[in-house]
Amino acid sequence: MVSIEDYGKFETAWCPGCGNFGILKAIKQALVNLGRSPHEVFIASGIGQSSKLPHYLKCNAFNGLHGRSLPPATGAKIANHEMTVLAVTGDGDCYGEGGNHFLHTVRRNPDITMIVHDNQIYGLTKGQASPTSEIGMKTKVQTHGVFNMPLNPLSLAISLDCSFVSRGYAGNISHLSKLIEKAIEHKGLSLVDVLQPCVSFNKLNTFKWYSERVYEMNESGYELNDRVRAFEKSLEWGDKIPLGVFYVNEKPSFEDYLDVLVQGPLYKNTPKTELVEELIDGFI
Amino acid sequence: MNIDLNLKIGGAAGQGLQTTGMALAKTLKKSGFHVFATQYYLSRVRGGHNTFQIRISDSPVFAMTETVDILLALDGESITQHMSELKEGVVVVDSDVIDVKENADSIFHVPMLKIAKDVCGDKIYSNSVSMGAVIGLLCLELSNLEFILKAAFKKKGDGVIQNNIDAARAGYNYVKENYPGGCKFEVSDPGKKEEMMLVNGNEAVGLGALAAGVQFLAAYPMTPSTGVMTYVAANADKFNVVVEQAEDEIAALNMILGASFAGARSMTTTSGGGFSLMTEALGLASITETPAVIFLCQRPGPATGLPTMTEQGDLQFVLNAAQGEFPRCILAPGTPEECFYLTTEAFNIADKYQIPVFVMSDQYLADSLFTCPRFDTSKVLVERHLLSDQELRTKKEEYKRYKLTPLGISPRALPGQEGVLVVADSDEHDEFGHINEDPVNRIKMNDKRMKKLEVLREEMPEAKVYGSSDASISLMGWGSTYGSLAEVVDILNDGGKSVNLVYFTHIHPIPVEPTKKLLAKAKKTVCVENNSTGQFSRLLKVDADINVTEHILRYDGKPFSPEFIIAALKEKGVI
Ligand SMILES: Cc1ncc(C[n+]2csc(CCOP(=O)(O)OP(=O)(O)O)c2C)c(N)n1
Ligand code: SF4
Repeated sequence: MVSIEDYGKFETAWCPGCGNFGILKAIKQALVNLGRSPHEVFIASGIGQSSKLPHYLKCNAFNGLHGRSLPPATGAKIANHEMTVLAVTGDGDCYGEGGNHFLHTVRRNPDITMIVHDNQIYGLTKGQASPTSEIGMKTKVQTHGVFNMPLNPLSLAISLDCSFVSRGYAGNISHLSKLIEKAIEHKGLSLVDVLQPCVSFNKLNTFKWYSERVYEMNESGYELNDRVRAFEKSLEWGDKIPLGVFYVNEKPSFEDYLDVLVQGPLYKNTPKTELVEELIDGFI
Repeated sequence: MNIDLNLKIGGAAGQGLQTTGMALAKTLKKSGFHVFATQYYLSRVRGGHNTFQIRISDSPVFAMTETVDILLALDGESITQHMSELKEGVVVVDSDVIDVKENADSIFHVPMLKIAKDVCGDKIYSNSVSMGAVIGLLCLELSNLEFILKAAFKKKGDGVIQNNIDAARAGYNYVKENYPGGCKFEVSDPGKKEEMMLVNGNEAVGLGALAAGVQFLAAYPMTPSTGVMTYVAANADKFNVVVEQAEDEIAALNMILGASFAGARSMTTTSGGGFSLMTEALGLASITETPAVIFLCQRPGPATGLPTMTEQGDLQFVLNAAQGEFPRCILAPGTPEECFYLTTEAFNIADKYQIPVFVMSDQYLADSLFTCPRFDTSKVLVERHLLSDQELRTKKEEYKRYKLTPLGISPRALPGQEGVLVVADSDEHDEFGHINEDPVNRIKMNDKRMKKLEVLREEMPEAKVYGSSDASISLMGWGSTYGSLAEVVDILNDGGKSVNLVYFTHIHPIPVEPTKKLLAKAKKTVCVENNSTGQFSRLLKVDADINVTEHILRYDGKPFSPEFIIAALKEKGVI
């Protein structure tokens, strides 16, 4: 049996009270509930406060470059698809610097769970606007207030026909961990966009602000593969902010197209180098 | 060299230059000649003026020369541009189709279109008529061309094969009956029938990667590197390789790092512009100590530069790319054989030292066809340098991905292996891979990484010497200039000079003392490079404190010919 203790206890570099702690707890809980041992888990992350997360639990980890959590996660999944692969990233990391990878990883659909710590701000670089910052938010850089249209990650993902689209809240750990469980169990790319209060820099979207607005959707109320309905739901933002699974589209994952993986993980495959002789014959 | 004949086919893109050229090159190789063929093409899919040039000899040839014996002109532009390259040569042209303005004895009309229509009822066979005509001019047997045409059109069925053969024979007969010079261009069958390959640089790199057991290739297309990606992709199913076209070069390198970290032998392919985007991930490969093979095929820059031309202009960039200080290894093949063997070596160095390893080629080498001895796969070793499950089971302490060791190389385990957790970080980290900003740790980790460069330097083979080891003039070069330089050495030594070639395939890190020794006897050292600043001689200065006395540089987008180098040596008063 795997227990929470197996995932260890670490000192963190996060501010006390930060939403990241809730997300960390929810991830551990989800992995334990699914019975995954640390050595079966691989987390790729980018750069940001959020992306330090894999250092704070026991697992295999590749903490790479800003914006680049998805390509190494994809590469690792291809090399060893038996691992449970997560990509842990921030809103700046994933929707800003890594926007192109986000688009194309959705298209590629590897069996990876993307957990985006969406604090609507750049935390690590001390409080600049992120692609999800609300219009009017003033920062030291956006001195007149943000006027670029915020990106709606859920609508974007649904428009790209992402295989699994969901939203959680760092202040509701039990709901979030269930959501992460579902996302991990879903085959194909799963997005878990997590509303995460940044107590140091985001004075707008605070725990109080979120707690007054978020509500859990009743998923039995509608078909999860209803894309139009999901898109409509994803546009709901204001006095009421829905949490839960917005859209599920069961489709083959990237790995399903790779016949070579049927025999086992790619990295264990003995390459058929002897066949090079045949190719050489063709040049004679 | 008793036989030395140059054939040039000129025409617009889309006119079948490549098909005609390839079929002739293969036929001549099959007839026992050594063949060197190179292409000059513009960055467009149709139109423009392109050439396919074939040189044949009874001795090995690795370079193009600038005179032409037979010019097969598929458009008027070919005659205008290349007539002056003919010494005693002939221009083969269909004057019914092309308005030939020039009026010279050397122009020989072959009604290719008419023959194709008469014999096969379709003008598409005129390429085969032209092939037959060329073989007729060389006074060779037609059988080898027939064999090649059979193989080339196997999929299209017997009817198409027969039409092509008939067309070729008609072209052949036409020449035999009508060429006033008779067998002026006769090249006697050299008789050598040993197993030779006809292969270009990119195919050889692709073969090398497959022989080395590549498991994953991610890349974004960019000329002139794309040939390697497509070659591996074409054989991926057979070899169990996963090939993914990434959304950009940033993703490509990051993706192979993820795959390599998780245990798959991985490579990416690109050219300078794409590599510019990879630079950050290059540093990531180094600080995470993740093996990566980067095939970088150069073309002239900056920015988009000359997309289909050649240059050796990225060496200093590759040496210095990415922030910070870290080890990397650069290999530079000069022939397809070296493309093959050095690519396999690159994978082993990457795995052993856990560093990024470059195979640096260029457009000229990538696209040129060479005859060379059959690649010997028994010389290829696949060395993974991974900890086995058994070794992990008997380990005494918790696994440390970045364990400090005397050589700087840490034993490598893979994520997913039971009993270990493997953690890598782009931040400075401790031995476990966890972020650590302590200055003492920083020094230890930096030293550990840099130590690998010095250990590798000891292992790098010294340059090769072509010609006598105590010549008074040493030509020096790296990568694709090999063929022309070697030929220059032969020509000059035949003319009574004392010249050798010190030729580098292992570019960085360079073994210092052995390299100095190789150059100690020369009174003059002349570094010949396809760039405008002498990038390799700068590397020699910085890496090994070697000063070069003269430079010959070319940067008009074209490769060196032996004539070009000899003229430059004379101009500089070296000879
Ligand atoms: C190429 C590059 N550009 C910029 C940075 C600096 N940087 C580090 S984290 C970050 C943004 C972090 O924001 P987010 O991804 O939202 O993560 P958070 O810290 O809020 O969790 C930036 C701009 C970097 N490390 N690399
Ligand atoms: S800066 Fe914000 S996001 Fe980062 S740790 Fe502090 S509270 Fe959390």
